[in-house]
Amino acid sequence: MAITVKTGSHSRILSVGSYRPKHLVMNSEIVDRIESSDEWIQQRTGIESRRFAGDDESVVDMACWAAQSAIERAGISVTDIDTVIVATITFPHQAPSASTAIIERLGNPTAAAFDLSAACAGFSYGVAMAHDFIFAGTSRNVLVIGVEKLSDFTDPGDRATAFIFADGAGAVVIGKSETPGIGPVAWGSDAENRDAITMDPPWTLMRNTEQKSVADIDWPNISQEGQKVFRWAVYAVSKAALEAIDKAGLTVNDIDVFIPHQANMRIIETMAKEMKLPATTVIADDIRVNGNTSAASIPLAMDALLKARPELHGKTALIIGYGAGLVYAGQVVELPPQP
Amino acid sequence: MALSPADVLAGLKEIVEEVAGVSASQIELDKNFTDDLDVDSLSMVEVVVAAEERFGVKIPDEAVTDLATVGDAVNFIVNAAK
Repeated sequence: MAITVKTGSHSRILSVGSYRPKHLVMNSEIVDRIESSDEWIQQRTGIESRRFAGDDESVVDMACWAAQSAIERAGISVTDIDTVIVATITFPHQAPSASTAIIERLGNPTAAAFDLSAACAGFSYGVAMAHDFIFAGTSRNVLVIGVEKLSDFTDPGDRATAFIFADGAGAVVIGKSETPGIGPVAWGSDAENRDAITMDPPWTLMRNTEQKSVADIDWPNISQEGQKVFRWAVYAVSKAALEAIDKAGLTVNDIDVFIPHQANMRIIETMAKEMKLPATTVIADDIRVNGNTSAASIPLAMDALLKARPELHGKTALIIGYGAGLVYAGQVVELPPQP
Repeated sequence: MALSPADVLAGLKEIVEEVAGVSASQIELDKNFTDDLDVDSLSMVEVVVAAEERFGVKIPDEAVTDLATVGDAVNFIVNAAK
């Protein structure tokens, strides 16, 4: 008996929504503990402030608020969503997933739902999968959420990371389109450098309390080798970004907006220089006010840019995520239409 | 291909001037990248990558931290090119 296979359609981002935690933290509030200065932080990262989530702003809370905004702007009902992908590395439960907590809260507890672990590249991995699910006919409307509460996994006394990482959530609804609204993904990894960004030690060490008490075991805070990550991001990820443009049948001159993962303004600026993006390309710089929110940074930056510059709705954008793994993923997308 | 220290210094002066905006006249063998030339750790990566391309050598991440002065970089590149 022959198996029947239906095919789907092109896809696009129908809408974007985001949530920024209430507590705005300026550089001046964190510099004493790490013996640094506002000037030093801004010079090396571009960061002026970030937001830290409070006890009443969990990963699930932030994700739901961002998702509700995206669903409302898409003009669809939550029950129209049949697939939910949540990119995060800071949901503090191995199981059940953040995605199931989110759909239960949103009122659609029967959608397909899973979490995705690709660190700062997670959102672009999710967009690639959403595109493929719709193209294959597997899904109709996919909710892709990037959410992080990195303040739970950052040592506030670590001079290399305390001023970089932050909290927030962003979400997009991806649905059917008459024309291609999401280009082919350029993705891959450099797993030989997987020690460049880590969260150590593993949770299992917490059980092994025969020699040490739990209190003596380090919390799995994020750490990174700044120079190694900078070199990889600027010189290897830029090539992947150009590959994504090429795969979409475009050139750098067709890119109206560049929304890379908001890792560090120096990385973003040097990437743009390496790629020879034209001076007319609008470059997202949400990191200046929002810090590095890992998987949440691209949709947060997209939403901020569309709010500040409504004329960018529907324009051609290059998005690319890159981070711990090391892993990367990028694609050209049509920005969502004005809600 | 063997490189002369003078050629490498001349090339490095151009690179550091381009990357960090430091006047070539200030760039001498005994100058410390961080303390004298204000080349921070991220600009240093840009200098290293540009030097790799220009001189056809590999400067691994692990070696970058040992390149404190311009002279250290010249010696590393000359030896790597032998």
